[in-house]
Amino acid sequence: MVLDAEQRQDLSGRTLLDATSGNTGVAIALVGAVRGHRVLLCMPDKVSVERRRIAAAFGARITLTDPLAGSDGAILAARQLANDPAFVYLDQYSNPANPLAHEESTGPELWAQTGGRITHLVGGVGTSGTIVGLSRALRPKGVHIVAVQPDAALHGIEGWKHMASAIRPALWDESVADEHRIVNTDDAILMARRLAREEGIFSGPSGGGAVAAAVQVAREQGGVVVALLADGGERYLSTPMWE
Amino acid sequence: MTVTVRLPGSLRDSVGGETKVQATGATLADVLADIEARHPGFRARVLDDAGSIRSYVNVYVGDADARSSGGLAMAVPDGSEVMVIPAMAGGR
Repeated sequence: MVLDAEQRQDLSGRTLLDATSGNTGVAIALVGAVRGHRVLLCMPDKVSVERRRIAAAFGARITLTDPLAGSDGAILAARQLANDPAFVYLDQYSNPANPLAHEESTGPELWAQTGGRITHLVGGVGTSGTIVGLSRALRPKGVHIVAVQPDAALHGIEGWKHMASAIRPALWDESVADEHRIVNTDDAILMARRLAREEGIFSGPSGGGAVAAAVQVAREQGGVVVALLADGGERYLSTPMWE
Repeated sequence: MTVTVRLPGSLRDSVGGETKVQATGATLADVLADIEARHPGFRARVLDDAGSIRSYVNVYVGDADARSSGGLAMAVPDGSEVMVIPAMAGGR
């Protein structure tokens, strides 16, 4: 998204802006640091502090939004700031460069790393950029796409959206998936703990959720089932998840 | 003790469509019980089967995080504001 903005717009003297619950914010802050761009991130107040601190360590400024409004509140705050031409609003929820990155990089990587044996791709839906891009890359090769959402509006699967109750990302298109599943937060966290203790994989709740869904898919359908883990457990050490 | 309890949109349906409700009680547990009496099912959204605050929910009394301030036994001063918020934001 940052490289795309560089190609399309004059970024000199302007600040990259986006709304984020944290993980994409960290990535934007990192890329901004490397590419020499100022970064302003709108994040909900009172969520786990790790991502806020990491983004700030990369030099990003943070605007905290109403914690009761969650990520939708951050989106609304960023939209308001985006009216100021000093900002370049990356808008990860609507930016076509988001799924394009997964179509051009993540998808071919998964195909290559499985030697073309992948039969199922299981991924959570947040901005939906990952699953939309991977579907474009892998579905034409016969891969069965499984999209996973949290089971309720109040959930703890950071990075995922309960579409029925959230601001719907412009990128999201249900038809990119062959199958839709739901996972509840307790099962996602239990699986994240298992991943740490049995596999040495330190994931966040969304990683646990993706694997929990992938295990169901594998039991029911078999095949080479790939789950995408897009988060790290260390970013949740301040939460009760690991207590 | 009367307090104001502010809720996220994701809990609105559990209290009849409001995001701000008045409740009474000397402790956080009392306040949640008072809301539960009027809106059955509310407490289960906030507390787990063991009766603890769910891992993905944060409860604040004023600026103090209840989890590190006595949990459900935390005293709730008259006129204070209680916030029940998702610990995770949802969306990347």
